[in-house]
Amino acid sequence: MSLTMTSPADRLLPLLRRVTGDAKHDASAYSTLDVLWVLYDRVLDVAPDRLDDPERDRFLLSKGHGPAAYYAVLAAKGFIPEPWLDNLAGRDSRLGHHPDRTLVPGVEIGSGSLGHGLGLGVGVALGLRAQGLLRPRVVVLVGDGELDEGANHEAIAYAGATGLSSLTAVVVDNASATHGWPGGIASRFAVHGWRTATVDGRDHEALAAALRREQSGQPSTVIAEIRR
Amino acid sequence: MRQRFVDATTALLDEDPRTALVLADISAASFAPAAAAHPDRVVNVGIREQLMVGVAGGLALAGLRPIAHSYATFLVDRAYEQIKLDLDHQGVSAVLVSVGGSYDAASAGRTHQSPMDVSLVDTLTGWTVHVPGHPDEVEPLLRAAVRDDGPVYLRLSEQRNAGTHHAWAKLADRGLRVLRTGSRGVVVAVGPLLDAALAATEGLDVTVTYTHTPRPFDAAGLLGALATTQATDVVLVEPYLAGTSSRAVADALLTVPHRLLALGVGHQDLRRYGTLADHVAWHGLDAAGLRRSISAFLRL
Repeated sequence: MSLTMTSPADRLLPLLRRVTGDAKHDASAYSTLDVLWVLYDRVLDVAPDRLDDPERDRFLLSKGHGPAAYYAVLAAKGFIPEPWLDNLAGRDSRLGHHPDRTLVPGVEIGSGSLGHGLGLGVGVALGLRAQGLLRPRVVVLVGDGELDEGANHEAIAYAGATGLSSLTAVVVDNASATHGWPGGIASRFAVHGWRTATVDGRDHEALAAALRREQSGQPSTVIAEIRR
Repeated sequence: MRQRFVDATTALLDEDPRTALVLADISAASFAPAAAAHPDRVVNVGIREQLMVGVAGGLALAGLRPIAHSYATFLVDRAYEQIKLDLDHQGVSAVLVSVGGSYDAASAGRTHQSPMDVSLVDTLTGWTVHVPGHPDEVEPLLRAAVRDDGPVYLRLSEQRNAGTHHAWAKLADRGLRVLRTGSRGVVVAVGPLLDAALAATEGLDVTVTYTHTPRPFDAAGLLGALATTQATDVVLVEPYLAGTSSRAVADALLTVPHRLLALGVGHQDLRRYGTLADHVAWHGLDAAGLRRSISAFLRL
């Protein structure tokens, strides 16, 4: 396993600490940090100067709570000014405890109430395809606890049945679902015809390899396991 | 009305590449030709209403103008949070087209009924609500809604007024249309209850107005209608939950002392089947019931 040139911990931890005001925890306290960094650094075709480019990839953070890592990555990649990080959820802040797409450049959906991102992602993928935009990918990040919400399973079943290949679900699995997922999370997707990969959610090479696989006529999911 | 909606939507899909339709099995067979012609823009997600509205939100985010359609209770009641978050909160909009509001599906029972759909939509911001009273009103209202960019709820019903002989066919006029003038009060009839309201007030000295567009509520129209009477009594006759437009009337008449009788569907689940006409009568919304309520209120 080789790390990228820029260690995300070195780069992002100061930004994260500006968001949270928390000098105590290190990067491992943030379950989504590695996958978000890999997505923005190595996978997604997005850039701050192409916010409205129809050909851009779409990243939808469905699991909208605890977005500190998201904001830190957006700042590191130039989507938002770093000083925005210093006033999380302040009365004039654009950054809240759940992101609002109308307030934050580069944020594709406002989220927070769990179970909305996959349905929106299915619609975005269908909408792009209907306009002949076949290159952009739609990547939706959900949490394993979030999968408790039934709305996710409407989207998983439909996207699988119709082979919506531009859609990728990234499930950050830090074993937070109260009743767990006996048989594994991947099986919930596989049974509906999704291509699945389960990787170490801290392993950047494995994440990048899984997230960059060629489209194959099926939607794909990457389960990013985080050991707590 | 549903067939007019199917025909008009099928035509819109042909004419405008921005138009998309999302279904959750309801009416899917009627849209089979449209789906065959436009497989990328006619999406049937199966019996999944949360997904239907979520997909509508995603289509809108991608730049299309989605129409989502089902029974009112599944489209609005069941998917309310998706309407609130996947459309409104994302800053995008859709045209939601329902059938079976209130008790059109009388024999199906409460599970297939929604008298509260317009009230639920009313909790949101900026929605236009159309409640056509005649099939001829459906296509122009739908076309205007799809052409627009704002959020629109189009409520289709099995209930309808008899003919097109009324002067209200002028669809550009979305406000209150005065059909009969009198001096003792103003009746506001919404959509398919117009015929019953006219019959109920036959020979009574009241102004009768009609609208197929209760939202935005035509405050100026109500004030204008009241100005021609010698009273400040208002009667709402609405085919959905009683009192749905009470707040709109209160806002319209903020500085005018007035009395309001808000007639509509009662809050009770009657736990009865029967026919649409039965339910109309049970809720006092047939001509006889309306006449009793209106005469008592206006002391006529």
